[in-house]
Amino acid sequence: MGKVFVFIEGLQDLKKGSLELLTAAKASGREVVAGLIGANVKGLAAKAAQYGAKTVFIADASTLAAYNPDTFAETLTVMIKESGADVVLGSSSSLTRDLFPRVAARLDSGVASDCTILQLTSGDVKARRPLYAGKCTAEVEFVGSPVKFVLMRPNQLPVGSPDSAATATNKDFSPPAGTGKITNKEVVKGTSTKTDLTEANVIVSGGRGMQNGENFKILEELANAIGATVGASRAVADAGWVPHSMQVGQTGKTVAPSLYIAAGISGAIQHLAGMSGSKVIVAINKDADAPIFQKATYGLVGDLFEIVPKMTEEFKKALHK
Amino acid sequence: MKIFVCIKQVPDTETRIQLKADRSGIEETGIKWVMNPYDEYAVEEALKLRESKGAGTVTVVTIGPKTRVTDALRTAMAMGADDGIVIDSADHLDPYLTAKALAGAIQKEGAFDIVFTGKLAIDDNAASVPQILAESLGVPHVTMVTKFSASGTIAAEREVEGGAREVFEIQGPCVIAANKGLNTPRYASLPGIMKAKKKPLKELTLADTGMQASQIKVRLKNFELPPEKPKVKMIAGDAGAQAKELVQLLLEEAKVL
Repeated sequence: MGKVFVFIEGLQDLKKGSLELLTAAKASGREVVAGLIGANVKGLAAKAAQYGAKTVFIADASTLAAYNPDTFAETLTVMIKESGADVVLGSSSSLTRDLFPRVAARLDSGVASDCTILQLTSGDVKARRPLYAGKCTAEVEFVGSPVKFVLMRPNQLPVGSPDSAATATNKDFSPPAGTGKITNKEVVKGTSTKTDLTEANVIVSGGRGMQNGENFKILEELANAIGATVGASRAVADAGWVPHSMQVGQTGKTVAPSLYIAAGISGAIQHLAGMSGSKVIVAINKDADAPIFQKATYGLVGDLFEIVPKMTEEFKKALHK
Repeated sequence: MKIFVCIKQVPDTETRIQLKADRSGIEETGIKWVMNPYDEYAVEEALKLRESKGAGTVTVVTIGPKTRVTDALRTAMAMGADDGIVIDSADHLDPYLTAKALAGAIQKEGAFDIVFTGKLAIDDNAASVPQILAESLGVPHVTMVTKFSASGTIAAEREVEGGAREVFEIQGPCVIAANKGLNTPRYASLPGIMKAKKKPLKELTLADTGMQASQIKVRLKNFELPPEKPKVKMIAGDAGAQAKELVQLLLEEAKVL
């Protein structure tokens, strides 16, 4: 029976995406090896064990506090080789999307990136991913790939319940020296304390109908009431009303939350490309012919400046009973 | 400075996607082909770098059916690139073979300083070629780059989750994958388009790069169109009534919160 290696990003806590992958790995019947790389990440090993890891490989060092493609690739390559796993899973993020292809190349293997469907069994792995901006999907077949790397979009798989009695064997790895050709000089903190758009389970997005950046505060209020992250359309980001980091769409972020609320967004193809994977879409627009309504689950024609504050009110009433 | 830019020709964003009858891929007749939008940022940054140094060359490289993909090279040359290399091959190679072939073509040209690429191609959205290319060339990489400078050492900045930014410093040759926000790509001028037609274009086969078509690691198959969405449920009434009904539906019917 094959082993499966789950790469876990070393943050304060395990991301939901990592829990999803540990759950899928455990359910496959394979032996699960988890890998942690970062600074002060040892504490996460116990939680990884509760979600199914039998062994946790840990590279914990102050030199690994900030992401470096060079030292991380070297560390992960050593870990995967040592694990003997033929499948490596990771939750899609700016770190894993940077890291996995490089490590896969080092192991002469292929990557299925940005997948939305994963079928992992004891002897095989199948994945499916969106192409052409979500206008179709295709199955990824690995050919002549000794290790199969799969990067899954977050929020696509269920999270199992933790087994508080489960423990794992930990193994420490010393950090590599690296080639010294590339150094992470600085990580400039972002201003947002909210869940990132790419991982958010609920998103409230604003488009040109918001009229200016100032008006986004009504979306912030709605987002605060339901624990959502605020996004925006390209027109709005290009106009400088909000930073580009908030842009959802083909040239922005691809998101797949459970609930996507689009306020004052007409629904250009470029925007739909980034959010059509959302499970439930709510469209609020004053133009009944806006293309967004063709993609929406629920549609509200009207003035968003009246509707959005009312929604905030109603949600507060319903959720805080 | 010897600068390379790897570009890809992709279907225009507005393309309506239809599948081949055997679901082995998409129907390509009638598609309007354009340069991958992220590659435009890569070309622009290369041109800016050459201009700031006052010397050097910008060579654009692509891979695919040469009769079609050469257009993308001519577009880049019309923007200002000096020459081009086309690796003639079937379309839809996987990222591994693509990157290996591009690396082979670049290595044939001798030493290089920087290779620019887009952060991903909007057709297959793999975001893998820049890293595999860097690994094959034995140099460091930075992806999703929104800020770049090469005065003395190379500094590249990328934006990550929560609007945070990682700032990297690089010694020696590297691969830089451009993101939106890095620059504003210039348009090709009419004289530029005329000049581009006469710029040198080198043709290679896959074998010239040391690779074979069989050396792929992943294959895409069983293409499917997304399931038809159920028709939208419109919620009428005044703002108060709409909001109330919507919240109720989200909590009780859709059960998403």
